[in-house]
Amino acid sequence: MVTIPNRRVAVALALVFAALAVVPLVGETYALKVATRMIVFAIFAMSLDLLLGYTGLVSFGHAAFFGLSAYSLQLVSPESEAANLITALPQCLGVTAAAAALIGMLVVRTAGIYFIMSTLALAQMFFFFFHDSPIAGGSDGAYIWYKPVLTIGATALLDLDGRETLYYFALACLVLCYGFLVVVLRSPFGEVIQGIRVNEHRMRALGYDTRRFKLVSFVLSALMAGLAGFLFACIDGFVAPQLLGWRESGIGLVMVILGGMGTLYGSIIGAFAFIGMEEIVRDRQFTGVMAEHWQILMGVFVIVVVLFLKNGLAGLFAEPPIRRPATKEEP
Amino acid sequence: MDVTLFLLQTLNGIQHGLLLFLVASGLTIIFGIMGVINLAHGSFYMIGAYLALSLTQWTGSLFGAVLLGIPIAILLGLAIERLFIVHLYDRDHLQQVLLTFGLILIFNELQSIVWGDDPHSVPKPAMLAGSVPVTETLSYSTYRLFLSVVCLVVAGCLYLVIHRTRLGMRMRAGAYNAEMVRSLGIDTRRLFAVVFAIGVSLTALAGIIAAPDRSLYPGIGEQVLIISFVVVVIGGIGSVKGAFVGAILIGLADVYGQAYLHDFRGFASAAVYALMAAVLLWRPTGLFGRR
Repeated sequence: MVTIPNRRVAVALALVFAALAVVPLVGETYALKVATRMIVFAIFAMSLDLLLGYTGLVSFGHAAFFGLSAYSLQLVSPESEAANLITALPQCLGVTAAAAALIGMLVVRTAGIYFIMSTLALAQMFFFFFHDSPIAGGSDGAYIWYKPVLTIGATALLDLDGRETLYYFALACLVLCYGFLVVVLRSPFGEVIQGIRVNEHRMRALGYDTRRFKLVSFVLSALMAGLAGFLFACIDGFVAPQLLGWRESGIGLVMVILGGMGTLYGSIIGAFAFIGMEEIVRDRQFTGVMAEHWQILMGVFVIVVVLFLKNGLAGLFAEPPIRRPATKEEP
Repeated sequence: MDVTLFLLQTLNGIQHGLLLFLVASGLTIIFGIMGVINLAHGSFYMIGAYLALSLTQWTGSLFGAVLLGIPIAILLGLAIERLFIVHLYDRDHLQQVLLTFGLILIFNELQSIVWGDDPHSVPKPAMLAGSVPVTETLSYSTYRLFLSVVCLVVAGCLYLVIHRTRLGMRMRAGAYNAEMVRSLGIDTRRLFAVVFAIGVSLTALAGIIAAPDRSLYPGIGEQVLIISFVVVVIGGIGSVKGAFVGAILIGLADVYGQAYLHDFRGFASAAVYALMAAVLLWRPTGLFGRR
């Protein structure tokens, strides 16, 4: 059932990863930073694809988990020394998973458009919480002064403060997440959630507690988004409420659609292409005076993608991915 | 707890709810009849509010702004429908969400180009600028009373249009089964355009008349959009009655939350979402939603 990349795509992916592995050797600091962001968003988009393309749940609040994990890192980091990665990462992911379980229990009761609207609204609740509360600087955001370090015993093995270390760490996470999702989707659990996407009533008739499966898929996806958020917080060492906002959630959806929903590798392509596009339209060299108003160009880009690129970029050079049936059914 | 203060807060909540109803009713009829989930709906509120700013300066009165602003909003709505929304009728919700998301990005940037990022305020009409004394120390803003009256009148008109006119009959039939309506020889393209224009003008009206009571800043559109989503989810998507009940409930929850949970910063605005969560647990398709 899982769309495993055909040989052409597999070769292309291998080449891309090989190319990514040498970026730090040739690129300057800024390029490295952009590349790290691309990788982080690829993880985020891929986590969303698990919901969107495989479980058939359109979540418009996924950034809540991305941002919540980033904020958790800010909160668990001591002010004058680095947090230990080995404790900080599980703490951040634990908070994210707990929040996802709570929200998930609520939203999997709904379907179709109610699901879209309630995920958006609940995510906005987190946004307003961090925006209004005095925790972590409120609407101004807050700094993470010392980025996490992986320490075992007394030896520091990985310092995420180093740009290259962070880059390779993120790249390793991306590869691991991709592998993990492929395994999950080929497992019996994966078969069930894909069955739910195609026909939930039938799966229920077959005796599956579909809500529970959707909930597990929701939490798994949120965990992976949390990992992306954690890495994102390490890039600039700064968190702001916007990380949890609806705009980030929307951007995640656009990345998945741009790359090709329900293909996993499509999300990676989508994230790279979207961030690449953002860098281009923000650059005065390419767009002149419009660079200042790059949001307009991004808006046009999003509309063009939706109207003309139905199967995403992955659809251009692979066999078309399985089309999701319309979610228009009455809730 | 002071009883008079509580009553005033209740009045505030109802007024806030009535205004929300104008936005949410547009959202809900556009979804109920056209099957389109329109994220850019909040942008029309924002456009209404900023039109109020410019037109009040230009004509010298808020009423001039309403008279000119509504036709502008209707024209804009028709143009947007013809250019973009038309392509969404046969698409799934995800694509509708994304296209209208793209529209928001464009509208927000245009707002920042035309009106700038500084907060603005719109003067109240002189005859409504005062306040009505309630007790010796407390009074209530005349303009807010005026707002409530306008919203109630509009809600009444909407009820009459939907239940007592031929257009309303078509709208109800369209919400029930658009394909059947089309096969009976009714031009659904035109019906959809009219419905979209009605939805847009309701929202723009809300933006215009709310402008003197609140300040204008970038992002007001989204704030209203999200809270209208909550209203629509509570009321049941597609139900105007549900939007009305939901709007009043949310208006009250929001105002009480801000007033009485003020000491728990960060939780004050959560009251609204807690209410939504409770309704979803009880009725996953809203209070008046179709099962």
